[in-house]
Amino acid sequence: MIATSHPLRTPGEPTNPHRDKLEIMSDITAEQVRHLAGLARIDLSEAEIASLTLELGQIVEAVASVSSVATADVPITSHPIPLVNVYREDVVADVLDTAQVLTQAPEHDGSRFKVSAILGEEQ
Amino acid sequence: MTDLIRHTAAELATALASGATSSVEVTQAHLDRIAAVDGAVHAFLHVNPEVSLAAAKASDARRKAGDILNALDGVPLAIKDVLVTTDMPSTSGSLILQGWMSPYDATVVTKIREAGLVPLGKTNMDEFAMGSSTEHSAYGPTHNPWDLDRIPGGSGGGSAAAVAAFEAPFALGSDTGGSIRQPAHVTGTVGVKPTYGGVSRYGAIALASSLDQIGPVSRTVLDSALLHDIIGGHDRHDSTSLRDEWPSMAEAVRNANVKGLRIGVVSELDGEGFQPGVLARFHEALALLEANGAEVVEVSLPSLQYAVAAYYLILPAEASSNLAKYDSVRFGMRVNPVGGGTVEQVMAATREAGFGAEVKRRIILGTYALSAGYYDAYYGSAQKVRTLVQRDFDVAFANVDVLASPTAPTTAWKLGEKLDDPMAMWRGDIATIPANLAGIPGMSLPVGLAQEDGLPVGIQFLAPARADHRLYNVGGALESLLEEKWGHTLLSQAPVLMEGAR
Amino acid sequence: MAKAKLMDFDKALELFEPVLGFEVHVELSTKTKMFSAAPNNFGSEPNTNITPTCLGLPGALPVVNEQAVRYSISLGLALGCDIAPSSTFARKNYFYPDLAKNYQISQFDQPIAINGNVEVELADGRLFQIDIERAHMEEDAGKLTHVGGSAGRIQGAEYSLVDFNRAGVPLVEIVTRIIYGAEADAPELAKAYVSTIRDMVVALGISDAKMERGNLRCDANVSLSPRGSGTLGTRTETKNVNSLRSVERAVRYEIQRQAAILAGGGTITQETRHWHEDTGATSAGRPKSDADDYRYFPEPDLLPVVPAPELIEELRAALPEKPAERRRRLKADWNFSDLEFQDVVNSGLLNEITETVAQGASPQTARKWWTGEIARLANIADAEPTSLVTPAQVAELQLLIDDGTLTDRLARQVLEGVIAGEGSPREVVDARGLAVVSDDGALIAAIDEALKSQPDVLEKIREGKLQAAGAVIGAVMKAMQGKADAARVRELVLERAAAL
Repeated sequence: MIATSHPLRTPGEPTNPHRDKLEIMSDITAEQVRHLAGLARIDLSEAEIASLTLELGQIVEAVASVSSVATADVPITSHPIPLVNVYREDVVADVLDTAQVLTQAPEHDGSRFKVSAILGEEQ
Repeated sequence: MTDLIRHTAAELATALASGATSSVEVTQAHLDRIAAVDGAVHAFLHVNPEVSLAAAKASDARRKAGDILNALDGVPLAIKDVLVTTDMPSTSGSLILQGWMSPYDATVVTKIREAGLVPLGKTNMDEFAMGSSTEHSAYGPTHNPWDLDRIPGGSGGGSAAAVAAFEAPFALGSDTGGSIRQPAHVTGTVGVKPTYGGVSRYGAIALASSLDQIGPVSRTVLDSALLHDIIGGHDRHDSTSLRDEWPSMAEAVRNANVKGLRIGVVSELDGEGFQPGVLARFHEALALLEANGAEVVEVSLPSLQYAVAAYYLILPAEASSNLAKYDSVRFGMRVNPVGGGTVEQVMAATREAGFGAEVKRRIILGTYALSAGYYDAYYGSAQKVRTLVQRDFDVAFANVDVLASPTAPTTAWKLGEKLDDPMAMWRGDIATIPANLAGIPGMSLPVGLAQEDGLPVGIQFLAPARADHRLYNVGGALESLLEEKWGHTLLSQAPVLMEGAR
Repeated sequence: MAKAKLMDFDKALELFEPVLGFEVHVELSTKTKMFSAAPNNFGSEPNTNITPTCLGLPGALPVVNEQAVRYSISLGLALGCDIAPSSTFARKNYFYPDLAKNYQISQFDQPIAINGNVEVELADGRLFQIDIERAHMEEDAGKLTHVGGSAGRIQGAEYSLVDFNRAGVPLVEIVTRIIYGAEADAPELAKAYVSTIRDMVVALGISDAKMERGNLRCDANVSLSPRGSGTLGTRTETKNVNSLRSVERAVRYEIQRQAAILAGGGTITQETRHWHEDTGATSAGRPKSDADDYRYFPEPDLLPVVPAPELIEELRAALPEKPAERRRRLKADWNFSDLEFQDVVNSGLLNEITETVAQGASPQTARKWWTGEIARLANIADAEPTSLVTPAQVAELQLLIDDGTLTDRLARQVLEGVIAGEGSPREVVDARGLAVVSDDGALIAAIDEALKSQPDVLEKIREGKLQAAGAVIGAVMKAMQGKADAARVRELVLERAAAL
């Protein structure tokens, strides 16, 4: 499912917003984008879903080149500078007072944050 | 003292020390300049003259009492809006944080306050630092002081433009894939991305945690070094903060000498795809360094061709998670759907209304890259490419002291020109991204104007992790060689901004 | 909510083999939270134990609490696990209003401890081995209060209030491997397992382990495998089980419920279920589905935990004795019969009795109080015995009997006072005036009075018919409102009868 084309490596090439749009065979469907928007909790409009479906398809093809060089023998790097065992002593610090905690809240009851009714359950 | 705004931070420090001026005078001059030209430039999102002048007064009182905090005590600076501040709003260029007041200061803000520096205001940026043009700011674009119809670079276009337009002597920026260096390139200023972990990220509104780094923005290499010396060092609030003892960057500039320095030119970033004027200035700068005793060799970074792709998987993935906190519960915008709704619907409506198109695009991409079934192919592979890029740098730095390339493929483009083609904009980050992937330090400094459009061009130097001082050495040396050759600074050639324009 | 049909438990066991699995969350009793320097205190005013990190404020970052790592390693070792040479944190991404960052920092593919084994003892002394798959570190979420609608439930609430004091409290989640072969002991095994974990973390001193406060929480996975089928059934995960008794009841309930559905030709839905202590039933919660996509990835703000071998050995050397060993030792020390000791283990009050003995009561009296009167009162109140009274109070009560201040009967009244919140046993004795009247003068006056008013009885006693004294003793005890030592009264009655 991963196509390799359009690697993002040719700097400064002439730009055209409509470039290749019709030629690209994207695996990304509107349904998929809708699902992703649900996971990301963004109430995308239908127009946004349509344009993101197209864009995501292009982007995914463009970035797919990474999988071609990421062979099993290459370890992953999740931190650019490797460190280990970075700890904090078990001592209280940095505590905010109630005013600092609540003053920027969209809604609160004087001690707790207030939200409208919750549909789903705890995970 | 006249024309206070034209002085560098180092010169202002000297003037303050000699009593030739006061912090209040210097601060007021910059506030006046902001009032005069920022309508046209729009480098600032928030300015609070009262707060700035109070800090300036306090500095003058300290100086009078003979207990200044730092040689730069009383010098003003601008702060990118990505850094949280207790006395001014912090929005990261997003509507979702409009008016948000942080209850705590970012560590670098605490450090500049502790050094007596005077915050002038918060500078404009692409929303959550996603962009290369500052056009993705929810509060409107910043304009390049060299040509107000052109982009100032991004995401830190505000800090770079503020410095280039003499609205601040220097500024704080953040660099996730070039957001300090590329704006420096297109505005004829200096910008440094330190080694990852060299400067605390605590209080820097996160874009991509493993790539973000805070750094200085200025008109001279020395000013960046002075600011770097103040903001660098370990912070207990940031687990990725390094405990190293750092040498003085300012000393590296003052003792700059390129004799015997081995400079590697990255062959993948020298040729196809780069604007002729950018390449011309780049090669002239190299020749100048060579003529002064540096040795220039060609090196290859074969994995570079995958770096942009890897970057545009890692960044959105981390960002999709970092930006989940903007949910309308504890702070920031809340949008209630018509007729009310569950908290889930309120969150989704808020995020729909509060985030701009580029932010949504990257959140969706990042969510995709991390989702079940795609993780290994995308995010996992990108983290492997990161290893390959690091290995390339290791090999290269085994033979050279620093690497050099143009900072970006082109000079400043016209506002709106690439807005409809996100990928074209992303491709422009090819030269700056690798340093963030590898965690190594990088600097951009001006090397002249492109002949075809008369716009600034920057050279980028890269050094091994923890060798930031090498950048200041080579950058400081090149800067004085160029100014000696030109007989002036580059920025003195920028058009005089019509005060009160727009 | 329609009441679910249940199959008789024995019948269910004939048709199906219960298969179990447990996820136990242990809150660590560190001074500060897992990734922030906020206080880790239970019961504070809402939103007072908060730093920028707890609130997920823009720019805030996590830093690992070293003590929490040490506690986690100790727990891993006590569970018989291997400690990972390198373990990493990961982000579990999902939106929920009690989760400040909308991701939980947890561990995913590299937990701190793996492959352990716990020995669990059933009431009759049989031992059962439970394999531990992993134990990992993570942070707790905040606390939601649902307002409006019925009884604070999420359904029908008008709005909810969020308190982030608990957000970021260090947790270790202990995950078992699939447990086969529990058969009819499944409910009891569930309780015994959680009880064992509780005893373990208390002995380690790493958690307050109060289930009613949520320091220790158990999610019970139950599925049924049709006899002879060799296939696993669909499992449910029952949450909100916050007492040992509930763990046992919830597992029994799920076995009976699932058996009824399967026997009726139905299918089990893979879902979260909630235990309701009041109705003694579980209700359907969130269905588990492919839509659960937590998008785990390595936490970029935190570095790997690579414990030095010396640290691991130091913590291993400091481990307390294993619960099963401890039980064997206590049984011998206390000289309890098999039956007595089983009774103690079954009650789940071993720690309380140990502590009561440490406070000065004899093992037998400590046992009688906890498994007798206190358990009886707890049953009436439908509460945990530990929530009624502390070991120190029980010991104090017993010492008041031992020194003659109280009779057994009076002590039971004092206990009721203590449970009612009237203070310590001594304070209740003083406030209610319940002490034994030990002033012989007062007793003699009452005895003389009684003897004089019953001259015939006095005569009988003088004639040596000692059983006649009973009537006088009764009258005196009545006059003293029961606050006299009957044996002493008898002695004095005989003395006075001779003297008068």
